[in-house]
Amino acid sequence: MTFFYLAPWIVFFPVIGLLTNIIFGGRFSEKVIGTVASLASGLAFVVSVLLAYSVAQHPEVMSVPFAQWIHIGTLQVDWTFRVDSLSTTMMLVVSGVGTLIHIYAIGYMHEDVRFKSDLKRFRRFFVFLNLFIAAMMILVSGDSYMMLFVGWEGVGLCSFLLIGFWYEMDTLGRSSWANSNAAKKAFVANRVGDFGFLIAGFLMFWKLGSFQFDAVFAAAPSADPGIIVAITLFMLVGVAGKSAQIPLYVWLPDAMAGPTPVSALIHAATMVTAGVYLITRSAPLYTLVPQAQYIVAMTGAVTALFAATIAVGQYDIKKVLAYSTISQLGFMVAAVGMGAFTAGMFHLITHAFFKALLFLSAGSVILGMERGHHHLAHHEGHDSHGHEDHHEEIFDPGDMRNMGGLRKTMPVTFWVYLAGMLALSGVFPFAGFWSKDEILAEASQMGYTTVYWLLAIAAFFTAFYMGRQVLMVFFGEPRHEVAAHAEESPLIMTAPLMVLAALSVLGGLLNFPGVDTLTSWLEHTLPFIKPGEFMMNVALISTALALLALFVSWLLYGRNPLKVGQPDPLKKMLGPIFTGMENKWFVDEGYKAVFVDRYVDIARFLADVIDWKFWHDWFHETVIAGTYNWLSKIALNNYADQRGIDAFANWLGNATKSLSEATRKVQNGFVRSYALSVLLGVVFILGYLLLK
Amino acid sequence: MMPVMFYVALSAVLFTIGALGVLIRRNPLIIFMSVELMLNAANLAFAAFASSYGKLEGQIFVFFVMTVAAAEVAVGLALLVAIFRTKHSINIDEMNSLKG
Repeated sequence: MTFFYLAPWIVFFPVIGLLTNIIFGGRFSEKVIGTVASLASGLAFVVSVLLAYSVAQHPEVMSVPFAQWIHIGTLQVDWTFRVDSLSTTMMLVVSGVGTLIHIYAIGYMHEDVRFKSDLKRFRRFFVFLNLFIAAMMILVSGDSYMMLFVGWEGVGLCSFLLIGFWYEMDTLGRSSWANSNAAKKAFVANRVGDFGFLIAGFLMFWKLGSFQFDAVFAAAPSADPGIIVAITLFMLVGVAGKSAQIPLYVWLPDAMAGPTPVSALIHAATMVTAGVYLITRSAPLYTLVPQAQYIVAMTGAVTALFAATIAVGQYDIKKVLAYSTISQLGFMVAAVGMGAFTAGMFHLITHAFFKALLFLSAGSVILGMERGHHHLAHHEGHDSHGHEDHHEEIFDPGDMRNMGGLRKTMPVTFWVYLAGMLALSGVFPFAGFWSKDEILAEASQMGYTTVYWLLAIAAFFTAFYMGRQVLMVFFGEPRHEVAAHAEESPLIMTAPLMVLAALSVLGGLLNFPGVDTLTSWLEHTLPFIKPGEFMMNVALISTALALLALFVSWLLYGRNPLKVGQPDPLKKMLGPIFTGMENKWFVDEGYKAVFVDRYVDIARFLADVIDWKFWHDWFHETVIAGTYNWLSKIALNNYADQRGIDAFANWLGNATKSLSEATRKVQNGFVRSYALSVLLGVVFILGYLLLK
Repeated sequence: MMPVMFYVALSAVLFTIGALGVLIRRNPLIIFMSVELMLNAANLAFAAFASSYGKLEGQIFVFFVMTVAAAEVAVGLALLVAIFRTKHSINIDEMNSLKG
């Protein structure tokens, strides 16, 4: 029994959910809004499970046609759902993790809208979240590059909307455009990537004659390899934009301006993995051109290491995780670049589990700090009920330097965070160990030595910054009175965390070496993949590196916990190198100097010189207005108007005047002269009549 | 019976005297009398021709003319009184306020 006909519902359930909340949400309570949205996402998950079950029964690529979209000549693009093992894997991850995050967000946003004093935005948040699930489902279920692109842009829009969710403030709630600027930055960086994607798409249609996956893959082997290289590399530009790879990764750290469930869902677990999915989906193209594969693998590996070094120097709990996400996406891109598609997808899934877990736990920590802050504010001034905001100093609840010792006040969050941290660090037997190890094993086996070492060092840094983070946040003594008063989150937030923690611990079973469930599952879609080999020496090296990194982090941050106001111990040891890490290697400043400022210069030149001086002052004022004035003054005024029309009118007036001057003498007022005139007239007329 | 020519000649003489009177005299009363003279010259011509042709229309016109003449004198004398009240003079040569 198969359920392929249900495929469109993966999109329609979230759409129905968001429409319900848009139309009726005004009358719903927060609980109903959250339930509707979670139910919409949950039903999409149920459909995804049914589809996965159907694929297992019927292991062929199924296309479920839904609607015609564009039919122009040879261009035929339909909205067709492609249900195969790869797309159902993505559907399960998106809707599964998505549903958990929806449930978590009910609790999170309940408090977030209260801390930021705008209760109405609760509904808006869930509308956007459901819209995101719908767009992501279109992305992963599309049957052609064009449908994939529709979803690709849809998730980009949702990302923009949700990063700028608190658009009129910065991350600390102060009035500023910082959040909306972060949203714009993400949107613009993604436009650069989308430009690459579009060029790849156009080349594909021009040279291979279709956008449809199977048609493109069938035409590719006989096409000019140069074209395939161009297509795959332009596609890599799109991947770099969406999956935050060098050189377009800069938007993702700023995207942390969005509420934490957004960071977890969009900027860690699902949307940013769309690039990895795109490369995996295009595997038949990439495997044709090894040189492109090499470039993809190197991009991923360099990004993995580069971002990991920056994560070491960050103080914001979410910024560390953001750079960690970039780094882990680098692992995935490197894996799929090498052709280790299973390893890449495996890491995508486990990363979705543990990174969503880490972000949501970080959100729980931040809210715990907010609660502590609120608690203190209430106790400091008993009379201050309405104006408590005024005497508070600006306090950053996400700054790890303000935390410390939270394991006592937030035990549940601590334990799940620990599970996520061990999974991300790649400690046996957590999920991250198996997936990361498979990538490293493939790299060493396939002869990508450089990639292997870059990734191995990145893995070392990963374990180090995660150790640093956990030690700074949960161990030692509270470095701020707020941290001492932090409170644990309610069950609606911690329950999804526990589920994700379980998945992070057990996720390795998905593709356990020797059993290779995921490999044989994906083999339906990608017939050329083979199961990865478990290599003991690679596993030992990476485990050793991870444990060493955790030990080093304990030496620095655990043995002597950070004191209030004390600089980071690494600062003394590394000096300027740490300053570079702390300041993200000044990449944003470099981009500003090289691209943004130059762009502003060009815009200013165009506005001031070309538009104003040339078009306005010269062309419009001088040429057009001047010519017009000259024409009216010389040609019309002097000749036609004054000497023509005016002259005639004046002549007519003068003639009338002189005529009346001449005849007015006749009317002298004397009755007798009139009588004489009458008489003479009569005599004249009679004389004429008589004598004629 | 006298030929009609004599009546017409008399009528012409009377009309000429009347016209000259209108043109020459300055006293409006005399001018009115001259106008009467001209009108009666016309009456004489009407009556003469009517009797000569044996028709009644001419005779009827005489009555009309006499009626009009009476009305004209009445209006004219009223105007003269009004003018005299405002200008304390009825010299026709002083009345040129309507010149162009």
